[in-house]
Amino acid sequence: MSTKLDIYTAKRRGRITNLLFTSVCFLATVTCVIVLFILIWNIILQGKSWLSWDFVDSFPSRFPHKAGIKSALYGSIWLIGLTALFSVPLGVGAAVYLEEYAPKSRWRKLIQLNISNLAGVPSIVYGILGLALFVRALALERSVLSGALTLTLVVLPIIILASQEALRSVPDSIRRSAYALGATRWQTVWYQVLPASLPGIMTGVILALSRALGEAAPLIVVGAMAYVPFVPERLSDEFTSLPIQIFNWTSRPQEDFHHLAAAGILVLLIVLVSMNAIAIFVRHKYGKKIRW
Amino acid sequence: MTEEGSGKEQSVEMELGEAAVIKLPRSTSLARADGLLVRLRPFYEGVIHFALFICASISVLVTVGIVIILLYESVQFFFDVSIIEFLTGTRWTPLLKPQHFGILPLMCGTMLVAAGSAIVAVPIGLGTAIYLSEYASPRFRDIVKPFLEILAGIPSVVYGYLAIVTVSPIIRYLFPSAGVFNAASACIVVGIMILPMIISLSEDILQSVPLSLRGAAFALGANKFEVTVRVVVPAALSGIIASFLLAISRAIGETMAVTLAAGATPKLTLNPLESIQTMTAYIVQVSQGDTPTGTVEYRTIFAVGLMLFITTMVMNVIAQYILSRVGEQYE
Amino acid sequence: MASTPLVKKMIQPSDKATSGFSKAPIVRPSIPSGKRMRTADELAQATEKISVRDMSFYYSENRALTDISLSIPECCVTAFIGPSGCGKSTFLRCFNRMNDMIEGTRVEGEILLEGQEIYSSRTDIVTLRKRIGMVFQKSTPFPKSIFDNVSFGPKIAGIRKKKDLYEIVERSLQRSALWDEVKDRLNESALNLSGGQQQRLCIARALANDPDILLMDEPASALDPASTARIEDLIFELKEQYTIVIVTHNMQQAARVSDQAAFFYQGVLVESGATEALFTNPQKQQTEDYITGRFG
Repeated sequence: MSTKLDIYTAKRRGRITNLLFTSVCFLATVTCVIVLFILIWNIILQGKSWLSWDFVDSFPSRFPHKAGIKSALYGSIWLIGLTALFSVPLGVGAAVYLEEYAPKSRWRKLIQLNISNLAGVPSIVYGILGLALFVRALALERSVLSGALTLTLVVLPIIILASQEALRSVPDSIRRSAYALGATRWQTVWYQVLPASLPGIMTGVILALSRALGEAAPLIVVGAMAYVPFVPERLSDEFTSLPIQIFNWTSRPQEDFHHLAAAGILVLLIVLVSMNAIAIFVRHKYGKKIRW
Repeated sequence: MTEEGSGKEQSVEMELGEAAVIKLPRSTSLARADGLLVRLRPFYEGVIHFALFICASISVLVTVGIVIILLYESVQFFFDVSIIEFLTGTRWTPLLKPQHFGILPLMCGTMLVAAGSAIVAVPIGLGTAIYLSEYASPRFRDIVKPFLEILAGIPSVVYGYLAIVTVSPIIRYLFPSAGVFNAASACIVVGIMILPMIISLSEDILQSVPLSLRGAAFALGANKFEVTVRVVVPAALSGIIASFLLAISRAIGETMAVTLAAGATPKLTLNPLESIQTMTAYIVQVSQGDTPTGTVEYRTIFAVGLMLFITTMVMNVIAQYILSRVGEQYE
Repeated sequence: MASTPLVKKMIQPSDKATSGFSKAPIVRPSIPSGKRMRTADELAQATEKISVRDMSFYYSENRALTDISLSIPECCVTAFIGPSGCGKSTFLRCFNRMNDMIEGTRVEGEILLEGQEIYSSRTDIVTLRKRIGMVFQKSTPFPKSIFDNVSFGPKIAGIRKKKDLYEIVERSLQRSALWDEVKDRLNESALNLSGGQQQRLCIARALANDPDILLMDEPASALDPASTARIEDLIFELKEQYTIVIVTHNMQQAARVSDQAAFFYQGVLVESGATEALFTNPQKQQTEDYITGRFG
């Protein structure tokens, strides 16, 4: 027995490296979580005493104590509503075309490659496109419509990719069965494939819209205003949005405006978290029911 | 034939005790004949097909639009400013007299932030990805992943706020020479921003390394560390590098945090404690001001945008290419 | 082992091909006597529902089916048998043009449904598929309620009134012998049904379209014996009203349910005829070898 390796004694070699490596990796993981908590704690600490109903229901002002986010909040709601209106049919339609209609040709491959690359284009570049196309060429000026159209371009690739994923997860047997019952292609898609992939599409749409909600750069390029003391009422009205208001307050040197920014961030984060909570809820409620 | 069929059917219905039988609209012919709806079907199916095709084509139009607009305005810009000066000049002062149009300071600032954020994000990101993929229990993973998703969902402007209010004071405390606006604080927050991207992409790649490969290494008597570092990570290396590329490309295109934190002084420097300006921050700066349309100053944003677009596009295409090859490798 | 009566019944002496292979017991599928199977004469007299003439089928360049001619009589069960990959499922899918969905497929020759060319440019695939229903190997209920599953066909055919739909659903479910099991839970998800119930639901779903022909692609291969027996009983009842074509690689099943059988091997229709004749007295050596279990 003693001449052979004893299987009960662990080999010493590399034990310490192994332990060290594991700990380093574990620390890295923990760092990520801790950083998140520090960030959020910081914002809460800075902003919570400034967060009040008056803050939500007041227009921006030169005086920090009178300033609020009413116009920014309404602007954001307008933007998200319009962006959803434009981007969801376009994005889901494009995904349906690519997954259900397009023949496996080079054209389809090209579109696919193009969409993946568009998802990586910096949002500010979409802002430049929006500036040249919507604001100048189509003469929509610095309107809430220009802003929403620009945001549509930003989120379109995200919605398309997420919807494609969802459509791909619907088994082919569903399509075959529908065709065998005499359904046309569109009837198959509309009555069977789309309902079955709805949870996945909804999740993708909500994530894309929360991205749009937090986006500021392209809106600044298309000319969102920093100071808007009114609520937009028409598509052609000028607008601001939560992230732009936050940006504006943060870039001021006075401490009080930083607190305002923190309070604005809290409102933004609350909206974002609720949107994501809906996404998670949808995924769990409807995602689990369907087992193939 | 039809009569015979319905006769049979009726007898069955009587057996079942049914009174009335709803008959489907049915033809004995195979040709398209019956009903307006049926005759219109090829038409509306075609309309829908076409509409969906348009939806998909819009993505191509967007790309074409970006390229045309950036090129069109940039070409006009290069009528006024020589392309050599633009690419090699070391001073960028389009909004001040005397005007200089050398993009190198902006490029330098962008690269400084990209490199700095990579230094922050790559080790932590890779370590986390390895831990989550190779060591963590499924339960631990389920707990950590939502936090990473939240981290990924925080808007860029929030990171800008944190850079100014939280990170910058710490840096100035540690390095008293640092300014209020400095590249280092931008690097740190952008690093945190791209962390979730590196983690999720790298983890996917690590997970796609076949179990058999790990098993083979374990069977040769390797311990967990050796399997991970000598077998799994090398096997996934190209994919991991692709994930770094995608994340760095994201850092290059990152706008709000950098605009807030890094300042607005284009400078050819590698010192992260100084105030700099990135390409994206410059575009924001011009957009905020009242630069008249059609002037050289106005066109600078298109020229800078073109540089930004090309840089990120090249990195994305390389990363996509690597990833597509990784995908084939294990199929 | 061979002394149990069940096994004994299945082993019958073979007329042909005894030398060389005689050590292995030759198992010949038994023909059930209790159920009413149509005789060769009846088959000959039955109206021809589908007629296939010199049909060949190609996957791009590869010929999957070669010069097939076959007549499918009305209100009978025709079984396609043969080893996997012999083209029997491909052939079945030709009848309702499901192969059209695969790019690069091509059909030569003709398939006539009551004298009308199925592969004609005038043929409307939707109408065709409403007349020729299909049930797949794996039950494929839509992830919806039982009611929505069965009413899907009528609904897309333009029937909107809930009352009418309900009647069609009830009738279809009764014909597929599922009504009593599900009548109280029509609004529950079809995915909660058992495998056998799901398959009968798929049959009901096809019947709701009021087809003349029912194609079944190995409808019981994924089911337990009890569920299989129910499906087979159902097929026996349905053939009074519907022309049924079934693909199976289970020869016992073919012997139990079919009136006419067709044996395919490597894309060629080797032999077809009344089931009883084909199983007891095959004309071709390949058929004999296959049904006695020597290959495949």
